[in-house]
Amino acid sequence: MSSIVDKGKQVVEEILEVYPQKLKNDRTEHFEIADEELVNCGTCSIKSNMKSRPGVMTARGCAYAGSKGVVWGPIKDMVHISHGPIGCGQYSWGTRRNYANGTLGINNFTAMQITSNFQEKDIVFGGDKKLEVICREIKEMFPLAKGISVQSECPVGLIGDDIGAVAKKMTGELGIPVIPVRCEGFRGVSQSLGHHIANDAIRDFLMGRRELEECGPYDVSIIGDYNIGGDAWASRILLEEMGLRVIAQWSGDGTINELGIAHKSKLNLIHCHRSMNYMCATMEQEYGIPWMEYNFFGPTKTVESLRAIAARFDETIQEKCEQVIAQYMPQMEAVIRKYRPRLEGKKVMLLIGGLRARHTIGAYEDLGMEIVATGYEFAHKDDYEKTFPDVKEGTILYDDPTAYELEELAQRLNIDLMGAGVKEKYVYHKMGIPFRQMHSWDYSGPYHGFDGFKIFARDMDMTINSPVWSLLPSRQTVEVSV
Amino acid sequence: MSERLNIVDHNQLFRQEKYVRQREGKRAFEAPCSPEEVTSTLEYTKTTEYKDKNFARTAVVVNPAKACQPLGAVMAALGFEKTLPFIHGSQGCTAYFRSHLARHFKEPVPAVSTSMTEDAAVFGGMRNLIDGIENCIALYQPQMIAVCTTCMAEVIGDDLSAFLANARQEGALPEDMPVPFANTPSFSGSHITGYDAMLRSVLETLYNKSGRTPQPGHELKLNVLLGFEGYTGNFAEMRRILELFGVPYTILGDHSSNFDSGATGEYSYYYGGTPLEDVPKAADAAGTLAIQQHSLRKTLGYIKRTWGQQLSSISTPLGIRATDRLLEEISRLSGIEIPEALKQERARILDAMMDSHTYLHGKRVAMAGDPDMLIGLIGFCLELGMEPVHIVCSNGDRKFEKEAELLLKSSPYGTEATVHCGQDLWHMRSLLFEDPVDLAIGSSHLKFAAKEANIPLLRVGFPIFDRHHLHRYPIIGYQGALNLLTQFVNTILDVMEEQAPDHSFDLVR
Repeated sequence: MSSIVDKGKQVVEEILEVYPQKLKNDRTEHFEIADEELVNCGTCSIKSNMKSRPGVMTARGCAYAGSKGVVWGPIKDMVHISHGPIGCGQYSWGTRRNYANGTLGINNFTAMQITSNFQEKDIVFGGDKKLEVICREIKEMFPLAKGISVQSECPVGLIGDDIGAVAKKMTGELGIPVIPVRCEGFRGVSQSLGHHIANDAIRDFLMGRRELEECGPYDVSIIGDYNIGGDAWASRILLEEMGLRVIAQWSGDGTINELGIAHKSKLNLIHCHRSMNYMCATMEQEYGIPWMEYNFFGPTKTVESLRAIAARFDETIQEKCEQVIAQYMPQMEAVIRKYRPRLEGKKVMLLIGGLRARHTIGAYEDLGMEIVATGYEFAHKDDYEKTFPDVKEGTILYDDPTAYELEELAQRLNIDLMGAGVKEKYVYHKMGIPFRQMHSWDYSGPYHGFDGFKIFARDMDMTINSPVWSLLPSRQTVEVSV
Repeated sequence: MSERLNIVDHNQLFRQEKYVRQREGKRAFEAPCSPEEVTSTLEYTKTTEYKDKNFARTAVVVNPAKACQPLGAVMAALGFEKTLPFIHGSQGCTAYFRSHLARHFKEPVPAVSTSMTEDAAVFGGMRNLIDGIENCIALYQPQMIAVCTTCMAEVIGDDLSAFLANARQEGALPEDMPVPFANTPSFSGSHITGYDAMLRSVLETLYNKSGRTPQPGHELKLNVLLGFEGYTGNFAEMRRILELFGVPYTILGDHSSNFDSGATGEYSYYYGGTPLEDVPKAADAAGTLAIQQHSLRKTLGYIKRTWGQQLSSISTPLGIRATDRLLEEISRLSGIEIPEALKQERARILDAMMDSHTYLHGKRVAMAGDPDMLIGLIGFCLELGMEPVHIVCSNGDRKFEKEAELLLKSSPYGTEATVHCGQDLWHMRSLLFEDPVDLAIGSSHLKFAAKEANIPLLRVGFPIFDRHHLHRYPIIGYQGALNLLTQFVNTILDVMEEQAPDHSFDLVR
């Protein structure tokens, strides 16, 4: 075993030393240091998808956040009711930046907070009657809404409301699909179960329900792209430029119709594997649609992915694919020429949700940056297996790390950039460590595709090389000469 | 700088022709409404007919201007030294509170959760609470743990008092560690209710623990309560005023340093807050002054009942008269005359108001926010000759409504105003279309309605997610009035200049 692996193990052990025994035992299982063998064979023993320990600061959210916040919320022509008390809907209102075209409040309801605002009496007497009234009122207030989803918050499940029955009744009465989603926040161990529950509802109520007038040989769907800062648009453009026809976006800037016709695809292309693999598997099973994972972060991975996608089609597409690559590569080279010297050798640590902890590694590497530690908020075993081939020996992997573990690691590894969420951001600012929010791109983006990589590179440079860091008395930063 | 690249992000990128074409192409799969349908529906939603329907709805709430109780409880907990907010219930809530507060203050928000899941829903969350306490003490070494509940714990009826007693018995919770707790279900009240519940619990817990008996007036000292306060700058301003008076004071619940700490190269979980030992001593103060009376009802009730002090409670002192009142109350409670320096300050701010009032006079205003802030804003607008027209308070009650109406009646500029308690920002949207105004004042959430109404939004209140540093500048006191005045008048001038024809693009304003 190499010394770098030993060193990593030692660092982790030291950090976990302060924990009470039970917590220490638990947390130890959620770390792994990549050694050559692991990297080569892609196997790992890291524990994931387990309950967070109480009393620590986990970065995780809940099933509601996964369902309403991630999967359903971006579907723009439906009204999503945050069903229950006021808070959940308020905190998930417009904060994820899943962009959608349309007129807000008329035919686009993404950046809105529509809630049943449960009061004590609703807890005591149940909220089903109220939910009926709400559905009718939504039909009145938002006549162009093509559907309604009912996103359950904790109390709804606990008091035993039958939102399924209400939804069924209202679907009949209103003539638009009303879809119950039992994504109460106490279900499961993280937002990941929320994705699953959300997808199950899509499967049960929408998938395969609509027709596509004319099918074509090049029809594909984008699965698991939530259009953060316009990501899905920056991805779609490449697929279209290489001659494919994107018939559905699940679910960023998505519509109820796209959810209903995706089963007509010839190939499903999944970006966020963690949130929507169930749907690809289901469509494969039910409709025989093949699917593949792709990665549009950074030119290396984007080119690789574009070619892999093209390989699923004929020569026309493959030729066009090469043209697209050739068209964008000079731009990518210019970006790398400019930014790589400024970012070469910079050490990066990441904690992101379900896929970016590995998907973005290539993009950082395109800029000469090195991932020294990475991990997921809510990944499962397969995510870690997929991560190993992408990391170097000695990289520290963590699952559902506590804020404390990350803070300690960041300091001991002397990193140059931390990429995590808004809850973490300001902690690292205090420490004088450059930080990017890697859930919502720090209000920037898109980061996907070739157009996105330009912004990604610019943002990493502006973050790491800001003169502001050098003003901190206790943190040494090396100015990059330009 | 090296090679110049033209990098455009989301704001410009998607205006490029290729993306415009993409957008149009995508419609083929969207089964969209026709543009005519969208336009006619949009127009319909601006009509009186729609407004009437909007106001007739009884169940659905659209874009409310309120958050939930535990968010306020977290803020209250962070008002005390080395205190860890501890939220008992499912963990997603804690993530939401932390991110919501972080987005407003642009600061870290330490808080932990008991991470209850399905099994806790069945068996109760006691084990989670006890383990959680043990873990968080080992990890974050708090002096105090402030426990509040989420809906989940409330619905299943977890008994915090019994659980905490068990935690002590098991030795997970040291005997001498104070653990105030508050029941803060999201299904009643709002963030301000939760703030109040937790603050009251902190005061009561620390006071009871001290074993003292109150000696009101024993010390020439004032207790000051700022309430659910989104402005760290208001704490600084309050301190400055009290120091000008020379009156000793204790701020009960001072979260300003926890939400405005420096970047030094080191991170600490705890940056400040009211020292715990100051709380029992506060019972001996000459009086208590609260500047958010609607947000502090339970706390003030406790102080009155238990500590027996002179109490003074006003709403957020925005503008001149409200600040006069603040100073009079400080003077009354402390027995110290209003300092000359503040009188001079008042004169200077008045001078500034005279300089600027012409641009603000007669401007019709819509506003939304928390009750205390709205009372303050109404007052200040009336002083400037601005006319409050639509006032929406999602978390206001009859008491607030009456107070607001009384205040509006006191001025000829308030005659057009209507107060809408318990309504939301979708109601506000209808109001803005039916009876247009010149300006909106409120949190970032009001930006959607303001944009549609084509009026500028003056960002005042909580949360402000989309502008930087506003919360660092005080809005209370005379100095705060100047800050608001500056923001108000210059926004109006910006709008004027945007709209000015060449001949009226004046150099001098």
